[in-house]
Amino acid sequence: MFYSFGRYILLLRLSFRRPEKFKVYWAEVMREMVSVGIGSLGIIGIISLFIGAATTIQVAFQLSSPLVPRSIAGSISRDSNILEFSPTISSLVLAGRVGSSIASQIGTMRVTEQIDALEIMGVNAPGYLIAPKIIAGMTMVPLLVIMSIALSITGGYIACIVSGDVSPADYITGVNNGFDGLTVRVAMVKAVAFGFIIASICAYQGFYTSGGALEVGQSATKGVVYSCVMILFADLVITRIML
Amino acid sequence: MIEINDIQKTFGENHVLRGISATFKPGINNLIIGGSGSGKTTLLKCIVGLHEPTKGEVIFAGENFTKMSFEQRVPIRTHIGMLFQNSALFDSMTVEENVMFPLNLFTQMSRGEKLDRANFCLERVNLTGKNKLYPAELSGGMKKRVGIARAISMQPKYLFVDEPNSGLDPLTSILIDDLISELTQEYQITTVVVTHDMNSVMGIGDHIIFLYNGEKWWEGSNHDIAHTDNKELNEFVFASKFMRAAKSKL
Repeated sequence: MFYSFGRYILLLRLSFRRPEKFKVYWAEVMREMVSVGIGSLGIIGIISLFIGAATTIQVAFQLSSPLVPRSIAGSISRDSNILEFSPTISSLVLAGRVGSSIASQIGTMRVTEQIDALEIMGVNAPGYLIAPKIIAGMTMVPLLVIMSIALSITGGYIACIVSGDVSPADYITGVNNGFDGLTVRVAMVKAVAFGFIIASICAYQGFYTSGGALEVGQSATKGVVYSCVMILFADLVITRIML
Repeated sequence: MIEINDIQKTFGENHVLRGISATFKPGINNLIIGGSGSGKTTLLKCIVGLHEPTKGEVIFAGENFTKMSFEQRVPIRTHIGMLFQNSALFDSMTVEENVMFPLNLFTQMSRGEKLDRANFCLERVNLTGKNKLYPAELSGGMKKRVGIARAISMQPKYLFVDEPNSGLDPLTSILIDDLISELTQEYQITTVVVTHDMNSVMGIGDHIIFLYNGEKWWEGSNHDIAHTDNKELNEFVFASKFMRAAKSKL
């Protein structure tokens, strides 16, 4: 484990070495941003709407006491989505979609000698392949999480209209009441950290793939599993520190 | 010119290379031959710096490449072109983008100049007009030729070729060999080819090193091979009945 951790740190150090030509790297960063961000809009949109709706219905179900105002469902749903569901569930889904793609792409480049070809040319392969993905992860995951928060709250509103468990007016009142900006800051810190975890761990797994197609698949699986575990661990640490 | 002195490489307890020394001169085809597992590709990877030798040194035009850091090696690497066994073209890029890739990173050329250079290289390997195709749309021989075009795009002083004929039909193999040979002579490149293809050995082997069990077992030219009494080399080169019959008529 210490060997792998040391190798991971060294790979990160190599990844952020001065680029050979900034313009070429910038183009790669833009390409990765499109791949990570635009490519994930659909799946994040769908899960956010459904999670927001389900959360609201479940909170409404638990508020059976007539002494508790129904608008509380909006407040609880909002904070749950901002603090936990949007950053964490979105990142777990992104680990599957983006992480496996990163690990298998880099892993395939390794086993087909494309990484060797880069190194022969004098290109810093970790810098060219990994740094743009990490930068894209750290910038696009927060944007996706912001979108996820908005959509999950919208999902809750739609659930109120459809189910009638809480009136839409109560829900809106709850969403507006007692909003604390800290929750969004926590969500953003989580999103940046999770973006880094997904890109770096999956890139590490891909970069040190050896063998053939079978090993590429194994690297992608390992990348996703380790990313998910580290996301949940980081979630706990950040929550403990910031709240 | 490239010199290698006492190159040794071990992987754990496995001694793959056991003290190989040689000199590769420019303008001729230097071939490293040997059976499977003899250490040919490992030697090539030690020379180009993909593997660090356990002992020994690699000297490019008087500069000790082995002792250099990654950054110090970059100026030499920009003079190195390499053709890989499976071509190693970048899947996500077109033929043109593959050939222009090193130019984008290491030159200050304008886009027009880079395009002209890429077109020149593609024309040189008879792939005019294939600029916009992706590697997945090319045949094995075409991929090799794009690999050569990419390797020569930076006008290299050193060209390394790993198994250029693997997976190719005999005719295409000869075309690739001839192309490597022409480029080597035309641009006075120091070319090192790893192969176990007998057509290549007999066709373009100006200077041949035969590896056996990780050691340099024999050195000479394609003309010398026919008359050698080296048992292991004879077993390797004249392994087939056809080749043995051909030798007996020499």
